[in-house]
Amino acid sequence: MALAKITSVTGRAVNVPGNDIDTDRIIPARFMKCVTFDGLGEFLFYDVRKDTTTGKDTNHPLNDPRFKGATILLSGANFGCGSSREHAPQAIAKYGFKAIIAENFAEIFFGNSTTLGMPCVTASREDIARIAAAVEANPQTEVVIDLEKLEVRFAGQSVKIAQRESARDALVNGRWDAIGELIDGLPEVRKTAASLPYMAA
Amino acid sequence: MAKSLFQKVWDAHSVRKLANGQTQLLIGTHLIHEVTSPQAFGMLRDLGLKVAFPHRTFATVDHIVPTDQFAEPYADPLAQAMMDELRKNCADYGVTFFDRASGKQGIVHIVGPEQGITQPGTTIACGDSHTSTHGAFGAIAFGIGTSQVRDVLATQTMALGALKVRRIEVNGKLRAGVYAKDVILHIIRMLGVNGGTGFAYEYAGSTFDNFTMEERMTVCNMSIEGGARVGYVNPDETTFAYLKGRPYSPKGAEWDAAVERWKSFASDPGAAYDDVVKIDAADIAPTVTWGINPGQGISITENIPSPETATSADDKAGIIEALEYMKLPAGAPIKGTKINVAFLGSCTNGRLSDFQEVAKYIKGRKVAPGIKAIAVPGSQIVALQCEKLGLDKVLTEAGFEWRAAGCSMCLAMNPDKLIGDQLCASSSNRNFKGRQGSTTGRTILMSPVMVAAAAVTGEVSDAREVFHVANN
Repeated sequence: MALAKITSVTGRAVNVPGNDIDTDRIIPARFMKCVTFDGLGEFLFYDVRKDTTTGKDTNHPLNDPRFKGATILLSGANFGCGSSREHAPQAIAKYGFKAIIAENFAEIFFGNSTTLGMPCVTASREDIARIAAAVEANPQTEVVIDLEKLEVRFAGQSVKIAQRESARDALVNGRWDAIGELIDGLPEVRKTAASLPYMAA
Repeated sequence: MAKSLFQKVWDAHSVRKLANGQTQLLIGTHLIHEVTSPQAFGMLRDLGLKVAFPHRTFATVDHIVPTDQFAEPYADPLAQAMMDELRKNCADYGVTFFDRASGKQGIVHIVGPEQGITQPGTTIACGDSHTSTHGAFGAIAFGIGTSQVRDVLATQTMALGALKVRRIEVNGKLRAGVYAKDVILHIIRMLGVNGGTGFAYEYAGSTFDNFTMEERMTVCNMSIEGGARVGYVNPDETTFAYLKGRPYSPKGAEWDAAVERWKSFASDPGAAYDDVVKIDAADIAPTVTWGINPGQGISITENIPSPETATSADDKAGIIEALEYMKLPAGAPIKGTKINVAFLGSCTNGRLSDFQEVAKYIKGRKVAPGIKAIAVPGSQIVALQCEKLGLDKVLTEAGFEWRAAGCSMCLAMNPDKLIGDQLCASSSNRNFKGRQGSTTGRTILMSPVMVAAAAVTGEVSDAREVFHVANN
C-alpha cells in the first residue's frame, strides 16, 4: 500500500470565513444516511449554500463561479468542531479540496483529515486574511502549501504555516494512512492484549 | 513517579511507537453503530482484512431508528439499508449486536455502561464524538472517524498522539435545582468550545466524588463540546457498585481482582497536570444556551448577550451571528422565551435518573397547550426501568409522548425533527445550526428538569420557580 508523499499542495483557493464551523454545517446529518462515502461532495455545506425557503443558491463562497475548481479551503478558528463524523472531511475531499488552511482545527477533524491525506495547516488570522485578499483580487492566484518549508506562497508573497509534527511527518513521508503500519504491529498488539485481563476471549 | 489515570491507562495500552512519533494504542473495547461503521467494513472488505478481536467489538443501532415505529422495514428505505448493513456486517464478522430483538438496544453510550462493558482502566473507541461519556468509569474513551473504525476493526489499535491533561476540580454542594448538565454547560462556557483542544479532562473534586455514575456520564459526555476529546472521572466505590453484577462485569474471584486492578488506575496524589482549573459548585446556576454552540450559555437569571457587551471582535461577530439565527433579542432576559418543542432524552440525559427527576416534579402538571413534548429513553433497558416505576405514565399524563429508545431529536437522522424555525428546549448536547433536523430550527440546551419546566410553561423558565424547588 504505497501512499503518495504529500510534500506540497498547489491550487486555487476559496475563503469560507467564520469561526467554529461545525461538522453539522459541513455535512448536515440527514446526508449521512448512506453506507458509502460516495456522492457526499455535492452536499458539502448544503444548508448554507441553499436558501431554505426558495431552494436557490445563496451567496456562499462555494457558489461563486469565480472560485469554481478551488482545491484549497481557507477558514477561521476551531474548524471542524462537533461530531466525529468522517463524512465531514470526506465531503470536503470529494468536493475537490486537497488541503485546508485555518487558524486551528478541532482535534478529531484534524486526525480524520490527515488520515485521508488532506493536509490541515494553521496560519495566523492576519496571514489567512492576506491569502484571502489575494485570492479575492484574483481568483486565479496560484497558492502553494509547502509542507517541507512550512510556508504558503501566493502572488509573490509568502507566509508561515504550522502543522503538528506527527501529521507533517506522516504526510511528507507517505504514511498518513496508518493501516499498513498498524497491521505490521499485530504480533506486538497480541502481546499487549495478553497483558490485559479484560481482553481475554 | 506519581501519574494521572490518563498516563497509566495510556502506558498499559501502548503497543509501540510508530514512525511518525505517534503511539500504536491498543483499544480494548470497540463500540460501533450503524452510521459510521458501514464504510469501515467496506474498507475491510476492499483490503481483504478480518476483524482482529471480534469479541471486543459490540454493536447497537441508535441514530437512525424511528422512536415511533418498532417493526421493520422502516418507512425510510435509507434507514432500513443502514440497519440491514449493520446486521450483515455483525453476522459476517462475528460481532455481538444488541439489536432491538435482544431487548438491550439503545444509544451506544448508554448500552456500554449498562451492560458492564465499559470498565475502569480500559481504552474505548467508537465512531461517535460522545464516546467521552465512558470516561465516567475511569476509562480513556475516544470518539473516532470511520478510517479509525477500520483500523480498530482490523488491528484493535489506532495511531494516536498523547494528550495533555487538565484537571477540573469542582468542590462543594450544588445548589438546589442545579444538575450535572449545568456543571458541564458552566465548564464549557468558562473554558470555551475549543478550550479543551489537545487535552483530556480529568473531572475531580467533592462534587464529582458525590455524583452518581449517571451524573458523571452526563458531564463526561459533553467533554467534546468543550473541545476535549477525552473526559474522565477516577474510579471509586461508586463506580464499582454500579458495575457489580452487570452482564459483562467480572464475576466471583475475578471481580475482586478486577476491583483491585481498577483502583490502581486512579490518578496518584501529586500527579502532575498540564493545567488545573478550580470551580466552586455554589457558583453554578441552572444554565441554558442562547446561541449556536454549547459554549454560548448563560444562567437562567441572566440576559441574552448583546453585541455591545462583546469582549472582542470575534465575540461580537459570534453574538451577531447567533442572535440572528436564534431570532432572540439582544439584552433581553432568556427567561420567558417561547418554545415550541420540549425534548427529553439523548446520550447526555436519557438515563433512568433523568426521567425520575423529571417525573418527581412534573407529576400532576400539564404540558402547555400547543407544545410538542417527547420523552425518549436512551435504551430499551432504561425504558423498561421507567415503565416498571410508572414514570412513563407520569410523563404521558403530563402530556409527553413516551417513545422507543434511540438518539431521536438530538440529531434528527430519524423521523424526529424540528419543523421550520421551531424552538426546542432540549436535554441534548448540541445547539448547532440545523442540528435538530430543520435548517432554521433552534435549540436551547438545558437540564431535563429545566426542559420539563419549559414544557409546562411553554417558555424558557427557571425550574426552581416553576416547581417550587426548595433550597436546602
